[in-house]
Amino acid sequence: MTATEHRPHTPPEIGGLGHSRKRVEDARFIEGRGNYVDDIELPGMLHMAIHRSPVAHARILSIDTSEAEAVEGVVAVVTGEFLAGYNLAWMPTLSGDTQAVLATDKVRFQGQEVAAVIATDRYVAEDAARMIHVDYEELEPIVNPQRSLEDDAPLIRDDKEDVESNLCYEWDSGDKDGTDAAFAGADKIVTLQTHYPRSHPSPLETCGVVADVNPATSQATIYMTSQAPHAHRTVFALVAGLPEQNIRIVSPDIGGGFGNKVPVYPGYVVATAASLVIGKPVKWMETRTENLISTGFARDYYMKGELAVSNEGKILGLRVDMLSDQGAFYADAQPTKFRAGLFHIVTGSYDYPVAHVATRGAYTNKAPGGVAYRCSFRVTEASYLIERLVQNAAYELGMDPAEFRLKNFIQPDQFPYHSPTGFVYDSGDYEAALRKAMGMVGYDQIQAEKEQARKEGKLVGIGIASFTEVVGAGHGEDYDILGLKMFDSAELRVHPTGKAILKLGVRSQGQGHETTFAQIVAEELGIPADDIKIVEGDTDNTPYGLGTYASRSTPVAGAATAVISRKLREKGKKIAAHLLEASEEDLTWDNGKFHVAGDPESAVTIQDVAFAAYTNPPPGLEPGLEGVHYYDPPNMTYPFGSYIVVVDVDPESGQWKVRRMVAVDDCGVKINPMIVEGQIHGGLAEGYAMSSMQYITFDESGNCIGSNFMDYLIPTAWETPRFELGETVTPSPHHPFGAKGVGESATVGSPAAYVNAVIDALQHLGVTNIDMPVSPDRVWAAMEKANSG
Amino acid sequence: MYPAKFDYLAPETLEEALSILHERGDEVKILAGGQSLIPMMKLRFASPPTLMDINRLPGLSRINRTNGTLEFDALVRHNDVVKSDAAKANHTVSRAAPWVADPIVRNLGTVAGSLAHHDPEGDWASVMLATGAELVLTSSDSQRTVKIDDFLVDMFTTNCLPNEMVTKVRVPAHSSRGGGDYQKLERKVGDYATVGVATSLELDEGGRVAKAGIALTSVFHHNLKVPEAEAALEGERPSDELFAEAANIASQVCDPASDVRGSAEYKRHVVDVFTRRGLAKSYETAKGGLT
Repeated sequence: MTATEHRPHTPPEIGGLGHSRKRVEDARFIEGRGNYVDDIELPGMLHMAIHRSPVAHARILSIDTSEAEAVEGVVAVVTGEFLAGYNLAWMPTLSGDTQAVLATDKVRFQGQEVAAVIATDRYVAEDAARMIHVDYEELEPIVNPQRSLEDDAPLIRDDKEDVESNLCYEWDSGDKDGTDAAFAGADKIVTLQTHYPRSHPSPLETCGVVADVNPATSQATIYMTSQAPHAHRTVFALVAGLPEQNIRIVSPDIGGGFGNKVPVYPGYVVATAASLVIGKPVKWMETRTENLISTGFARDYYMKGELAVSNEGKILGLRVDMLSDQGAFYADAQPTKFRAGLFHIVTGSYDYPVAHVATRGAYTNKAPGGVAYRCSFRVTEASYLIERLVQNAAYELGMDPAEFRLKNFIQPDQFPYHSPTGFVYDSGDYEAALRKAMGMVGYDQIQAEKEQARKEGKLVGIGIASFTEVVGAGHGEDYDILGLKMFDSAELRVHPTGKAILKLGVRSQGQGHETTFAQIVAEELGIPADDIKIVEGDTDNTPYGLGTYASRSTPVAGAATAVISRKLREKGKKIAAHLLEASEEDLTWDNGKFHVAGDPESAVTIQDVAFAAYTNPPPGLEPGLEGVHYYDPPNMTYPFGSYIVVVDVDPESGQWKVRRMVAVDDCGVKINPMIVEGQIHGGLAEGYAMSSMQYITFDESGNCIGSNFMDYLIPTAWETPRFELGETVTPSPHHPFGAKGVGESATVGSPAAYVNAVIDALQHLGVTNIDMPVSPDRVWAAMEKANSG
Repeated sequence: MYPAKFDYLAPETLEEALSILHERGDEVKILAGGQSLIPMMKLRFASPPTLMDINRLPGLSRINRTNGTLEFDALVRHNDVVKSDAAKANHTVSRAAPWVADPIVRNLGTVAGSLAHHDPEGDWASVMLATGAELVLTSSDSQRTVKIDDFLVDMFTTNCLPNEMVTKVRVPAHSSRGGGDYQKLERKVGDYATVGVATSLELDEGGRVAKAGIALTSVFHHNLKVPEAEAALEGERPSDELFAEAANIASQVCDPASDVRGSAEYKRHVVDVFTRRGLAKSYETAKGGLT
């Protein structure tokens, strides 16, 4: 398919696809009338605070809770030993590992949950949590995966049977022998070794829960910060042994997720167990520090990439060796089959026959997680590596990095494209996106300015990233989480007055589903978007689904919505034929109206049809206008884009400033261009954060540096560059209305563009890599090293 | 936030506040802007038994310019300085003000509170050291004026007594042949300085340096005045070479620590670069007053 412009088919009053409809959810957020987990107050509700380990690795010798228990207002102090009595001291992770709920034997990272205080208010609970005294025998903390895999490293997971090393997983993809052969025949081999540092999604709303187990009915209602309430209900049923029909998970308004709210955290389980035992509701909300030190981190991949190239500038093959720092428990939220997520998409936007990707993960004494922070299962790390590597390859060959990319792009007529590591790219036109970005930035002009600046002793750099993403899991055949196939669902009911309710298995955390999903129904059924209410997040009241992450809502639940809308339209056609006393075959559909072909005057509206569905259905037809569809996508979607960044680097201080940031995205057909633009702005800002300032690091004792927003840096409007957006439109051929996911494209694509720009400014000095965050001190150190050697 | 328990007092007059300090000064922390104290209490790094909120005290929010002196009352907020025309009388002060923290902190945090807190990563202490400021300390039975050099003892330590409160900060105004600057490297808005350099210059009629002030932020265990570098400038005719010499001295005298903001070598290098740039900028302003 070729890039085309997409224009709305529906008038603004219907507001289908392509309308920049204002976000309907914003009124309540702006007016402070949202309903987040922390807003929930129940009669008799108790509060929980967690006592956490101050050290990274230690054996627990004893836990003394007596002083805490004596505090007035303390109802209970929960320890791992207590939970073990209910078989709840350990729980499964989403990657099939186990994780301590409250530590019984050892603590394995600083901030690990050791005990919890349940009290009549949070202040009492916090004070009492500090009166729990734990005796530790400290062990060697392991703070990097390289040390973790040495023979004499202490075993972190001595809780697991038959485990003799800290190796967490080993997995590879592609053709090793074929790749080695390609390398043997290459003119040049370009190598890049780089670390994608540990970061944290840090949503503005931290994680929390209100667990309400009613002892009389055995009904457990759990209000929880969850991106995947249905999957979480199933996990709760398996962990707690509660009958699934008695568990209701409610994920109310969510203040950002970015992957952080995909895992099940110990605090949720402890609060639920406490509520079960005490018989009263228990609330737990993390503090900011708790969120940063203990919940799902992201990235932390040590990557070595090698590109085999010919002197003519063609890529012949790719070899990648990656070691990941997994923390104390293997808790990546990712499809079961793929141990390093979808990192093997690392071949990127380029056409070459062979690749081999070897991955290993190691346990360390750090928080578990490995969530995909605004990313589809590790595609961010992959995209970063290949985009950095191709730029260095271009330098090595004496080619312009844009020219090198253009020479190696997968061509539009090669789609569906079978990649060397087993992906089937659905559609793309990479050259069109890059050429558009080059046009917007004035590529030749900027190159000339760069050369001129260099003569004047100034440093200007131009960085490109032409990324390809893979989003919208599944299909269920290859993609599952703990065995649950990655389909999603939509349940649509059109009421007699023609107003509709759409219930979904996904859960918005800020993506604007209440706005965009109504537009899908509006497009398909002609019902004005304003007449459609979206319901999500309550497992008693929505169809089963795997949740919102990895840019899967529009590709999967959006597809389910389109399909169920079309099914209702088909049923509506039967009703319309009945009303018009015409035959179905003679009817034409036109934006919310059926009419007899050639006679637009004799029309019935979708509202007429809805009313008749309840008041005057055709004989023999089931009344009502309602249905549910479970959609298992035939493939992932592959959004792509080209970003170009221009930076000015201060040669004395190493500070760098973004002069231009041009982002051309292609996410197929857009539902709401304004929301897409907002998503891209957010992702470009997060990409800038990671490239320039944002990481969580640890000292040699395993103390987390980055445990609050003074140390873990979030860019503000002041630092964030100005963005210039452009688009191409290449529809997905398999999605019902041609959409691809977009929420994560910019986080995935932009870090390499920023870093490439800084490297480009310095590459004439011999600098080929600076690990992120590319802070001024690192830029200066790289220049010093280049100058001295 | 979940701080440890504390008593809260909110006196309505200065007399009342000073008498509270007189009676129980040892256990009282003064709450002005709270932009350092509250985060420390949140993290339980500080657990004062009593907080005395002075925000209701009347008449303590003025910026006065009189007889070559700029005077800040105890409750002058950083942002008051940013907006003040009077504050432009001292170039180091007015150029530093927009670099203090972020807009939200600047709306609440106070100049006097920042000095009394004496975090070596704070910007104001360097500004005051470079410009030769003094502070007025008031107790219920006395009042004294202390030079900033004597006021700052060591990190988080000043010579303010438990029964005293900083009521005024006085900064000499620059003459028409004066100039000043503040250069700051920060990772993002609102971050503490990786390196900060405050500079101040007064020229004599012949264009030589009559008086120089240089002080550094975040590169020593307290804000560091650099008299050796100042001495190298005074009496000399300004030039790039002279500024480079002073900058080199400053970079040798400081003693930064390696941390997540950068290596000691890097910070030392930035002191060199920023001192040079700060002096050049200060001179740029000062020489405008030469006839």
